[in-house]
Amino acid sequence: MRTINSYDISSAVLMNVPHLAAVLPKDVYDALVAARDNESSERGRFILDQLVRNADLAREDHVPISQDTGALWACLEVGPDVELDGDVFIGVNEAMASASKSARLRNSIVRDALFDRANTGNNAPVIREMHYTDRPGARLQLMLKDGGSDNASRVVMLNPNDGKQGVIDAVLDCVRDQAANACAPLVVGVGVGLTFDKVGTLAKRALMRPFDVPSAHPEWEELEQELLAAINATGIGPAGLGGDTTALAVRVMCAPCHISSLPVAVNLNGSAMRRITVEL
Amino acid sequence: MNFKQIQLPLSKAEARELKAGDACLLSGVVYVLRDKGHARLLEEASKATSLPYGLSGQTIFYSAPTPAKAGRLIGAIGPTVASRMDFATPTLLAKGLTATIGMGPRSEEVHKACKEYSSVYFVATGEAAALMAQCVVSEEVVAYDDLGPEALRRIEVKDLPVFVGIDVQGNDIYALEA
Repeated sequence: MRTINSYDISSAVLMNVPHLAAVLPKDVYDALVAARDNESSERGRFILDQLVRNADLAREDHVPISQDTGALWACLEVGPDVELDGDVFIGVNEAMASASKSARLRNSIVRDALFDRANTGNNAPVIREMHYTDRPGARLQLMLKDGGSDNASRVVMLNPNDGKQGVIDAVLDCVRDQAANACAPLVVGVGVGLTFDKVGTLAKRALMRPFDVPSAHPEWEELEQELLAAINATGIGPAGLGGDTTALAVRVMCAPCHISSLPVAVNLNGSAMRRITVEL
Repeated sequence: MNFKQIQLPLSKAEARELKAGDACLLSGVVYVLRDKGHARLLEEASKATSLPYGLSGQTIFYSAPTPAKAGRLIGAIGPTVASRMDFATPTLLAKGLTATIGMGPRSEEVHKACKEYSSVYFVATGEAAALMAQCVVSEEVVAYDDLGPEALRRIEVKDLPVFVGIDVQGNDIYALEA
């Protein structure tokens, strides 16, 4: 048995968050470059070129890619051969506070959503998730999520007989309503299944799969391609100002659910898709 | 792409020359303010005859930057979603604010206010914040320091690239593209 302790989690946050804030993952960067080179709208090309130049500058200068930094989502995937040594997340807030300071991230978290909207001043707390899997080993998934694109996301509880077309319509409705608010070109995470509370996490976990890694499930992969083509056919374009590139990628995860349910979550992310999976 | 050079503060006469979709490079003074600051500003403005902090005739950029590195003016800065400020914008435009900068579509009330007060909403590119910071040539906190990143800031920009989102006729860049 492999044992994971709080030090493993804290050091992964400390070592990866500063880099994540400033350096766009290569697959995302490459997709932006390709999109710029293929975009037919002049305005769209200008915006995509801004995003490419921004990524270059942020990487070289070690400045955050987006001012919307500081909200960290951390999901620990635990395999059957791994045991946890107590509360493994016990040091994660302190690690995030320290990483935020060293990387000069914006303080982006308030104490209480309704009754105390004072800034915590250190980007704590980190949003934590735990996921048990059959896959051996342990991994920490980290995402710096901006508020605007999370605001633009939604959960809908469909009728099971709405089926695949219902899911496609739900995704397209969300994109049509919100692409301009979510910093298109988008990365679209789609979760289908589980329960009202869990489907959002499923969509967020779907965002973690890099663009150059195809889905292990051919049906999910086919749905991703169908959705990507439909989203880009809308012509919404970069920043919602028209063009061919409304989304860079769609990522789907499906799961079991209740006989009466078809939960769907659409978690939008802008072009600053800052995510990394750290093998522990 | 042809950019119009625009000197801020924007006069009402210059505002009337702009059309939704125009590409512009903005230079001059911009005030930075977002969510919570808007609630405060709205409250203060409602009690006064004119806008506080020298905001009359000025431009508000909806943003909250990251902290600057040593020796730098500012970290990363880019627009946030403008519609969250729609509750306050018509009143602020009525009281003398001339222009706003943000991203995303806005309410019918903001369109009406842009028409009524000859005001302009500019759209800037989201998530290009390291690049946009290069346009900033000065920065100071003016008020609401306790809000941290959301404090009211006065910055000067040089050649900040934007598009006219809503013009003084109420035409909308997002509607043009639909």
